[in-house]
Amino acid sequence: MADGTFPILSALILLPLLGAGLTLLQRSDRAVRLAALATGLAEAALSAALWLGFDATGDGYQFVERLPWLPYWNIEYALGIDGISLLMIVLMAALTPLCVLISWRSAAVRLKEFHACLLFMCAVCIGVFCALDLVLFYVFWEAMLVPMFLLIAIWGGAERKYAALKFFLYTLAGSALLLAAIVAFRQYAGTFSIPELAARDYPMGFQMLAFWAMALAFAVKMPMVPFHTWLPAAHVEAPTAGSVLLAAVLLKMGAYGFIRFCLGLTPEASVEFAPWMVAASLVSIVYGGFVALGQKDIKKLIAYSSIGHMGFVTLGIFLMSRQGMEGAILQMLNHGITAGALFMCVGLVYERSHSRQIEDNLGLGKRLPVYMFFLGLFSLSSLGFPGTNSFVGEALVLVGSFKYSVWVGLAAIPGALLGAAYMLRLLQRMAWGSPSAASQWADLNRREVFCLALPAILVAVLGFAPGPVLKVMDRAVAQSLERSIAASQCETSKPAIGADLVQAKEAADVR
Amino acid sequence: MSADLVLFAPELAQGALLLALFGLILARPRQDLALSWLPAASVGVLAASLLAMGARGVFFSGAYQLDACSQFFKAAVALGAALANQNALRRPLLDGERRTEYFFLLSLSALGFMVLASAVEIITLVVALELASYSLFALVPLRGRDPRAAEAGIKYILFGAAATGLSLYGYAYIMGTQHTGLIAQLAGKDWSLATNPGAVMGMALLLCGFLYKLALFPFHAWAPDVYTGADNETSAYLATIPKLGAAVVLVRFMAVLTPAAGIGQLLAVLGVLSMTIGNLAALAQKDLKRMLGYSGVAHAGYLTLGLAAGSAEGMGSVAHYSLVYVLGNLACFWVICRLSRDGRNLTYADLSGLHKRRPALAFLMALAAFSLVGLPPTAGFMGKLFLLSSAWNAGYSWLVVAAVVNTAISIYFYLNLARHCYTVDPEREDTQAEPAGAAGFVLAGAILALGVVPGPVFNLALKAGQNLLP
Repeated sequence: MADGTFPILSALILLPLLGAGLTLLQRSDRAVRLAALATGLAEAALSAALWLGFDATGDGYQFVERLPWLPYWNIEYALGIDGISLLMIVLMAALTPLCVLISWRSAAVRLKEFHACLLFMCAVCIGVFCALDLVLFYVFWEAMLVPMFLLIAIWGGAERKYAALKFFLYTLAGSALLLAAIVAFRQYAGTFSIPELAARDYPMGFQMLAFWAMALAFAVKMPMVPFHTWLPAAHVEAPTAGSVLLAAVLLKMGAYGFIRFCLGLTPEASVEFAPWMVAASLVSIVYGGFVALGQKDIKKLIAYSSIGHMGFVTLGIFLMSRQGMEGAILQMLNHGITAGALFMCVGLVYERSHSRQIEDNLGLGKRLPVYMFFLGLFSLSSLGFPGTNSFVGEALVLVGSFKYSVWVGLAAIPGALLGAAYMLRLLQRMAWGSPSAASQWADLNRREVFCLALPAILVAVLGFAPGPVLKVMDRAVAQSLERSIAASQCETSKPAIGADLVQAKEAADVR
Repeated sequence: MSADLVLFAPELAQGALLLALFGLILARPRQDLALSWLPAASVGVLAASLLAMGARGVFFSGAYQLDACSQFFKAAVALGAALANQNALRRPLLDGERRTEYFFLLSLSALGFMVLASAVEIITLVVALELASYSLFALVPLRGRDPRAAEAGIKYILFGAAATGLSLYGYAYIMGTQHTGLIAQLAGKDWSLATNPGAVMGMALLLCGFLYKLALFPFHAWAPDVYTGADNETSAYLATIPKLGAAVVLVRFMAVLTPAAGIGQLLAVLGVLSMTIGNLAALAQKDLKRMLGYSGVAHAGYLTLGLAAGSAEGMGSVAHYSLVYVLGNLACFWVICRLSRDGRNLTYADLSGLHKRRPALAFLMALAAFSLVGLPPTAGFMGKLFLLSSAWNAGYSWLVVAAVVNTAISIYFYLNLARHCYTVDPEREDTQAEPAGAAGFVLAGAILALGVVPGPVFNLALKAGQNLLP
C-alpha cells in the first residue's frame, strides 16, 4: 500500500462512512455493534498501514491526492499528511474501535444511530487532519459538529440539551470568521490549496486580521480561557464515547489549526502575537488547574484538567521553538491517550455506581484492584509523572518556556504542580477513601480491560521511548517553524536558527 | 417557426397547463380525480424548461430575450412551482370547489415569473410582475374564514400596489431622462447623480418595487405578517418563487448599473441592515412561518453580497444562491405542511419528537435548517461561499465580515428547528404527520447534491452571470 497509487487517505475517510451505512442496515443490537466494531478495527488496521508507509525523512506532504472539485473557484479535493497529521489520524483510528467497545453496555437506546454517529465522527475528524484545501478543511471542520451535537443531545446525561446547544453555538459562532479568512486568502492567492497558500507572503496588516479571525475559531475549539465554558458542560453530559472523542481528538483540532494555519499561513503575525498567546496559555494552565482542584464531579475535574493541559499545548506552540513545538505535539498525542482513557475509566465506574461524584466512588482500591491500577496509571500520566508519556511532552514544553523566558517558565510551573494536586487528591479518595459503597461491584471484565490496556501500553511506551514519535514529526515540526523562526529573526537578533537546532538535538540526545 | 416553438417550450408548457386547469374550472368534474395529473404535468413543465436551457434569441422588438440567465431562472421557477404544486395538493383549509382555481392562480403566477425572467424592457417587466403578483393577491386571503388571512391579503395588496406605483413612477423618470426602456440600451447611458439626477432617482424608485418583492430592508415588514396570515401552502409559494423573480430582475439591473458604484454600496448597506434586522427578529419568533419570514429578510440581505459585487461571478452566485434558498425554504415548508394536517400555524413545540414519528421528515427539516444556516455539506454552504468570495473579490470585505457575523447570529434559531425534531420530547403523543413523500426525498437529495457536487448547477448559474457581464 506504500506504492502511493492506492488512495489510502480517501479510504480512511470513506471506510467509516460505509461502516455507518452498514450499521444503519443491521437489525439486531448485536449485529449493529459487531458491524461498528469491525469497521473500527478495519480503520485501525488501515491507519497502521498508513503509519508503516509513511516516510519520516520525507519533506512536505505525503500520500497526496488531488482532484478538481469546483474548477471555477479553484476548489480541490486535496488530501495529504505530514508527521503531525499522521499522529492525529492514527490516534483517531485507534480510538474508534475502543469507543465502540467501551459503549458495549452503556449505550442502550437508538443503537444504530449512535454507532453511525461515532463512525461519521471518525470519518470527518480524519478528514480535518488530512485536508489540504481550505474549503475541504472547513467542510470537514463543520461537518463534525452535527454528529457530536447528536451524541451529546441524545445519549448524554441530564443536562444534555443545554450542553449540546452550548457546544454547537460556541463552536459554530467561533468559526464564522474563519470562513471570512478563507475567502480572503483565496482573493490574495487565487487558490484554496494550503501548501500553495503557505508558500506565499502576505502583507502584515492582512496577516494580523487573518490571524485573529482564525485564532478565534481554534481558541474556542481548544478551548482557551475565556472561551472554555462549553467544554465542561459538553464533557460532563456527553456519553463516554463522546467524551473520549471530544477529549482525544476534537480538542486537538484547535491545536492542529494553530500549527497548520496560524503558523503556516500567517507566520509573521504569529510571531507578533506570540507573547499574547503565551500569556493566554499561562492563564489557561493556571485557571484550569485551580478550577479542577475544586471539583466534586470526576468528569468535570478531568474536563478542567483538559483545559490546563491544552494550555500547555498552546504554550508550546507559541514558544516558537523546536522543543516547544515538539513538546506541544507530544502533549496533544499524550493528552489524547490519557484523557481518553480517563474518560473511559469514569464511564466504567459510572456504570457501577451511577454517579460521577467523587464521594459516591470512594475506596475502590480493595474491591476493584484492576480498575484502580488503570485509574492510577492514567492519573499519574495525567499529572506528568516521570516514566509516563505526559512527562516527556510537558518537560519539553517547560524546557522550551524557560529558554523563552525564565518568567514564563516559572509561571507554568504551578500548572504542573496543580496537576499533581488535583489528580492525587482524586486518586487518594477513590482508592482509599471511606465509606466505600463498592462492596457489591464487579471488577473489570475482559472487554473493559482490553479497552484500557491499549492506552496503558501506549502510556508506558511513549513514556520510556518517545523516539519513534519524535522522529515521525521531526520534519513537519521543522517545516512549520521554518518561516516563523525566520520572521522572528528579522525582528530581533535572537540565537541563530542553527544554534537552536543544535540545542534541540542535544536535548534529544540527553533524553 | 417550429424551431421558435421549441425555444418557448417552458412558457408554452406552462400555458398548456393553465389551459387544462381553466378547462377543469369550467367542466367541474369529480374532485378526487380532477387534479391527480397535476404533479406529472408540472414535472413536464420542468422537463421542458430544462430542455430549453440552451435556447437563445431576442424577440418582440428586443423586449423579450432568451439567454443563459433567463433559462436558468425559468428552470428554477419551474422546479419551485412543481414542488409547490405537489406541496399544495392536499391542502386542508380549502373547500373542494375552489381547489382548481387555487392551482390555476398558482400556475398563472409561475407563468408570470417565467416571463419576467426573459423580460428585458421595463414595461414588459412590470406587466410580467403584475401577472405574477395579481394571482398571488387573490391567493393570500384564501384560507377558510380566517380573519388573519384577510388581514394578510389586504397588507399584501396594499404594499404591493404601492410598490408597483413607485416602480411605474420611477419608470416615468427613466423614460423622461434616458428615452428608452430597454435594459441593454440603458447600459450605455449616463447614471451619474451629479449630471443626471432624474435618471438615478427614477432607477432608485424602480428598484424599490423589486426590493419589495425580495423583502429587503426597509421593504420587509409585510413578509412575516403575510406568511403568518396566509395558508401554509400559499406561504410556501410566496416565500420562494417571488424571490427568484426579484433576483432575476435585480441581477439584470445591477449588471447594467455596475459602473455607478453608488447603487452597489447603497445595496450593500441595505443588505447588512436587512441581514441584521431579519436575524435578530427571527431569534425572537415562536411561530415557524414568522421565523421563516424574518429568515427570508435576512437571506435577501445575503443576496446583496453578490448584487453589490457587480461582477459576473457575483451575479452567478446570486442566481445560484436564490435557487439554493428556494430549495432550503421549500423543504422547511414541506415539513410544516406535512405536519400541519389541520392547516393551522405551527410553533417549534409542534416539531418536538418528530424524529420518532417521522424520521424522514425530521431529517429533511434538519437538512433544510443546516442549508439555510450555511453549514457544510449542504447546498447552503456552497452558495454562501460563492457569495462571500465574489463580494470579497469586489472589495466588500466589511460586507463579508457582516455576513459571517450574521450567520453566527442565525445559528440559534435554525438549530432550534433541528433540535426540536431530534432532542425534545413531544408534549402530545397524538399529533400525527403525513409521510415525507417522494418530493421530500427529492428536496433532501437536491440539498445534499448541491452541497457535495456543486459544479454542474453553479456552472449554469455562472453562465447566466457571464452572459449579463461578458
